[in-house]
Amino acid sequence: MNLNLEANIVDPDGFYDELLEAHQHLDKAESDAFNARLILVLCNHIGDREVLAEALAAAAQRDA
Amino acid sequence: MVDVRYDIAFKLYPYKKVPAQDRPAERHPVVIVGGGPIGMATALDLGRKGTSVLVLDDHEGVGQGSRAICFAKRTLEIADRLGAGHAMLDKGVVWNVGKVFHGEKRVFEFNLQPQAGHQFPAFINLQQPYFEKFLVDEIRVAQAEGAPIEIRGQNLVTAMSDHGDHVALDIDTPDGAYQLEADWLIACDGARSPLRDMMGLSFDGRVFEDNFLIADVKMKAAFPTERWFWFEPPFKNSGQSALLHKQPDDVWRIDFQLGWDIDRKAELDPEKIRSRVDAMLGEGAEYELEWTSIYTFQCRRMQKFRHGSVLFAGDSAHQVSPFGARGANSGVQDADNLAWKLDLVIKGLAPESLLDSYSEERAHGADENILNSTRATDFLTPKSETSQIFRNAVLDLAGEHAFARPLVNSGRLSVPCVYDDMPLNGTDSLDGPEITRVGASCVDAPLDQGFLLNHLSGQFTVIAINTQAPDLQDVDGVALSLVSLDTKQHDPSGALQQRYLGEETQAVYLIRPDQHVAARWPSAEEADVRAAVLKAIGRGA
Repeated sequence: MNLNLEANIVDPDGFYDELLEAHQHLDKAESDAFNARLILVLCNHIGDREVLAEALAAAAQRDA
Repeated sequence: MVDVRYDIAFKLYPYKKVPAQDRPAERHPVVIVGGGPIGMATALDLGRKGTSVLVLDDHEGVGQGSRAICFAKRTLEIADRLGAGHAMLDKGVVWNVGKVFHGEKRVFEFNLQPQAGHQFPAFINLQQPYFEKFLVDEIRVAQAEGAPIEIRGQNLVTAMSDHGDHVALDIDTPDGAYQLEADWLIACDGARSPLRDMMGLSFDGRVFEDNFLIADVKMKAAFPTERWFWFEPPFKNSGQSALLHKQPDDVWRIDFQLGWDIDRKAELDPEKIRSRVDAMLGEGAEYELEWTSIYTFQCRRMQKFRHGSVLFAGDSAHQVSPFGARGANSGVQDADNLAWKLDLVIKGLAPESLLDSYSEERAHGADENILNSTRATDFLTPKSETSQIFRNAVLDLAGEHAFARPLVNSGRLSVPCVYDDMPLNGTDSLDGPEITRVGASCVDAPLDQGFLLNHLSGQFTVIAINTQAPDLQDVDGVALSLVSLDTKQHDPSGALQQRYLGEETQAVYLIRPDQHVAARWPSAEEADVRAAVLKAIGRGA
């Protein structure tokens, strides 16, 4: 299985809105903690170590 | 003069003048410097094989302080092969339940159910002085049976010189100095190894900037026999983490992680320690402080554990953080690995190069231990703001969600390393279980009478399961024993089938003296066994 870097989110605008909404009433420390929990939840859902490694590499490429 | 650096818990080898002190330097086949758990285990193993060994210790017995308290199954199995395992098990505390707290909140609880079909539990808690005493008790039994082991207490090595084929030692005693020589020298003289310094050898690695306060308290409290671990404990002045763990004799080990910038002397003031312990146990708890200590730690190892005729074992060769109980446990595996090899070399049955495999295999083990204990340390003491955020995110999720619990790391308990892809390994042509692959240490299994490991008593052994194996008494002088098992008759629980055959119907295993698998086949001819034994003693093609 490979990391999917094609558009895969149904209703992208709605999702983005929901993501920002989740942070709306959080201060910086709470937002950081929220993000960390979210990352862990999503990583666990993926599970596959190769895909996770590819995701970490993709996130590290800032200008890509 | 021989300085007394610490108090003695058990005076097991009082100083006694020996005639050698008035004679020119006498040559010994093996001298072990340091009578701690690793030195004594090595001496016992060598002596039981009939190889003459002299242990020099600068004290007259076992030092006080619980120190290493958690002894793993593999260590107990090795101790059992040496004759001391059951004394340890009888005295030790067996525990299964662990609770993890984050602040006031109990995050989760785990129960390490003992795996069925093993003679020894996953680990026991036992004060290190008892562990050492049981080894020395067994040395006394072995001596009475004729094992050539000698222990000299209050014999301090002050200088060593390496002459290539032997070393010369200067030794100080209460009656003055004397000298002796050794064909082989084993340095079991601890993390600060004076011998390593005398030889100018480096010991590089990572220092962790943290201080841990240990307090052993004796109390008749109603705490259950469980391991309680706090991240960011809620009680006053308790530092970043704390641990409460039971030992024998109503003694509890309490660890407080104090951080880096502390006044050691002030922190060791009994009043101050009592105020921390009071805060943890609750007002009115009645206890005595048995032993206290502050430590910092390092994760590092020597590049090579063999330097000519000098071999390093235990903390002198490698040091890890205490999380995961990988210090004494890995040192005992060093002893297990080294003794049979050195014995064969001294008896002229194996080339000296076999000892390089000791260094290679145990350095591999040390790397695994350092990796695991470094990871635990990084979880316990996050080194950046972001790592702290992730650590606490894991703890926040672990209460509600099972998926996050395996990420919580307060130390992964020591399991023996597998010598994968190492030069002594022979054929693995059996499509058998992973856990008993070539390089792994044998997994125990109950038989109709006793346990499998009881049949693997320190020499090369062929195990034939549901098949015939060539009945070789020896291979070029290296003794070989044969254990023939039939699962229909000897395996009432099915564990032998599951652990050694898997889907296969028959197998032949060659087991090394340290109970690691040297080779395995569906069936084997004499030439196969012979080739595998030669490979395992460093004479392979």
